[in-house]
Amino acid sequence: MYELHDVTKRYATARGPVLALDRLDLTIPDGEWLAVQGPTGQGKSTLLQMLGGLDRPTTGSVVLDGTDLARASELTASRLRARQIGFVFQSFNLIPTLSAQENVETALVPLRVRPSERRTRAAEALDSVGLTDRARHLPSELSGGQQQRVAIARALVKAPAVLLADEPTGNLDEDTRHDIMAVLEALWRERGLTFVLVTHDRTIAARAQRRVTMRDGRLQETEAVVDAT
Amino acid sequence: MFFVYLARELRRRARQATFIALGLAVAVGLVLSVTAASAGVKSAQGKVLQSLYGVGTDITVTRAPTQAQGGPLGFGVRSGNGDQQRPKAGTTFTRDNLTSGPQLGALKASSVTQVRSVQGVADAVGALTLTDVRVSGKLPNAQSFSNGQNGSQGSGAGPPTSSNGSGSTQSFRSSFKVSSFTVTGVDPAHTSLGTLSSTSLAKGRSLRSTDTHADVAVVTSDYAKQHDLKVGSTISVASKKFTVVGTVTAPRGSSPTDVYIPLARAQALSGLTGKVNTVYVSATKNTAVDAVAARIKNAVPSATVTTSSDLAGQVSGSLSSAASLANNLGKWLSIAVLIAAFLLASLLTLSAVSRRVRELGTLKALGWSSRRVVAQVVGESLVIGAAGAALGVALGYAGASVVNAVAPALTATSGGSANTGPTGGGPGGPPGGAAAGPFGNAASAAHTVTVHLSAAIDGRAVLLAVLLAVTGGLLAGAVGGWRAARLRPAAALARIA
Ligand SMILES: Nc1ncnc2c1ncn2[C@@H]1O[C@H](COP(=O)(O)OP(=O)(O)OP(=O)(O)O)[C@@H](O)[C@H]1O
Ligand SMILES: [Mg+2]
Repeated sequence: MYELHDVTKRYATARGPVLALDRLDLTIPDGEWLAVQGPTGQGKSTLLQMLGGLDRPTTGSVVLDGTDLARASELTASRLRARQIGFVFQSFNLIPTLSAQENVETALVPLRVRPSERRTRAAEALDSVGLTDRARHLPSELSGGQQQRVAIARALVKAPAVLLADEPTGNLDEDTRHDIMAVLEALWRERGLTFVLVTHDRTIAARAQRRVTMRDGRLQETEAVVDAT
Repeated sequence: MFFVYLARELRRRARQATFIALGLAVAVGLVLSVTAASAGVKSAQGKVLQSLYGVGTDITVTRAPTQAQGGPLGFGVRSGNGDQQRPKAGTTFTRDNLTSGPQLGALKASSVTQVRSVQGVADAVGALTLTDVRVSGKLPNAQSFSNGQNGSQGSGAGPPTSSNGSGSTQSFRSSFKVSSFTVTGVDPAHTSLGTLSSTSLAKGRSLRSTDTHADVAVVTSDYAKQHDLKVGSTISVASKKFTVVGTVTAPRGSSPTDVYIPLARAQALSGLTGKVNTVYVSATKNTAVDAVAARIKNAVPSATVTTSSDLAGQVSGSLSSAASLANNLGKWLSIAVLIAAFLLASLLTLSAVSRRVRELGTLKALGWSSRRVVAQVVGESLVIGAAGAALGVALGYAGASVVNAVAPALTATSGGSANTGPTGGGPGGPPGGAAAGPFGNAASAAHTVTVHLSAAIDGRAVLLAVLLAVTGGLLAGAVGGWRAARLRPAAALARIA
């Protein structure tokens, strides 16, 4: 469970300070699928960085299952990311020199999993996103949708509690977008993940349990959960 | 994963990695070649000193000549061979004298014992280096041989003015022949130290302790060849017949001595009984040479004490130019190239890491610790450094073998003072001084030795070179790693835009 209190993030830029998050409060129960919407530059990605412990808020606390990521050491944060948090990025962010299989394995490296187990788990993860036959391919030899599937396998191979996805379909065409969303939704359902999805896409957001909209670094509940998922 | 990732990354930027490795290799190869050449020059210097002063000689003890010993002048009369007949004008004659040169004063033989008892001296042996001058010809009619004891009257006792001996003054209607060679009296019981020790026996035998009072000689093979001498031949030293018992080869170039005879015989024939003019000293410890030299100076205050490093300093010629080339230009060039290679490696690694910020940030987002990310970057640089080291060692060996294949000849000249004529001739200079031309020449011969430069790479140099290249790799890795460690994980996401 995430509990965010009074989270402010201020960036110092050449053209003065930018307030990306403004005294934000948010609670995300375990297993919830939360969609974050909003126009560009409103702080959605910044919020996801706070949730992933990739950066610290200027003030406030970001508590994940009792650990305050705002105050945790660099090492604690990286351990937490290694075990609990999976990321999926808009531009896939695969390691270009590693094969699909090896890219998935990189997520198990900090967990010190034995190489043989690492390989089987990575193969299973690739299988769960339907990419077994592309395991030996380099990212450059894969389509955008296939690359994003590899990235999803990489995020989930360690069986995290949380999946953070920043516009995972933003770089994909219409059909692929729905494929990827189907994969993510299925995994969320199967694994009981806490799933925070940043998206511009209304129809995708509509499938989430709960929707919030970011505006000027603040959150608005979009509407009450109208109909049941 | 570490190695797979490392290998893939290096393959991806193979060109850049090769470039860095080549830079380090060139630097390492240069350091190795220069070190090897410099060691070669040093060993060449050692060989030169060895051939000039004998094996194991750390210190020589000599004495500056006193004025009265102005060797050349007395020659006309003091026929040390004891055959005192005074030739009449117009008769042919041969004079064969053995004298100490103008370069060296005499030391009492007891000073050898004195030196040997100095603390830190392993061994000391005395030698008497002399010049045998033979003048033959016909005495001019108008002149009679002067009986002036040292010829300072200049009454015409001297031989002609030109060194080839052909009379050029009107009063001489006859011609002279002058020839000279160097004779060293060595202690036959003690040939392991001194100039004879650096030669190797070619034919016959060397001098031995039973030869102390025997008229036997060992000649250098060059001299033997020039004068058609063989083992069993006889040779005239100060008009005495000596039997050649052996020929020896000087290690490099010519030897400073042509003929070796027993010390006691040399002393007797030159009238320098109980005297030596060079004491060769070996020290018990190589490192204490200077201290030992100082103690010898104390024990024998009148002597000139010269250490092997002083001797090296006196050696001139292309060898000493090569030495300063290797020590100065070579050293600075390799330091400059080394710095350039380090800089190149660091900058290129830094730029490689900068281009990978998003990739490394992604790994951090995946939970890789900073340490692991830094290790990955440093590992890559280390591999490049090791490859550079291996290549550099190969280059170094190639450089050394080029030096060895070319084997440039280096010449070294010792005692290079341009003393071709006599010094201290005094008022009677001109007449007497004439014969001293070849005479003084022989004694002070600026002795030239030729050695071929060889470069040898030793294990410590290789270790140093490998260490340098790996350090270069580490340095570059540290720069890149520092960049990677500083990276906030959020950078991965921030770069997406
Ligand atoms: N590292 C940074 N340094 C300075 N300003 C930043 C930084 N990251 C974000 N910002 C600023 O903070 C604000 C919020 O940025 P953020 O990336 O969170 O927006 P976003 O809602 O994700 O936008 P988009 O929909 O375009 O991705 C923006 O004004 C942005 O310019
Ligand atoms: Mg964003």
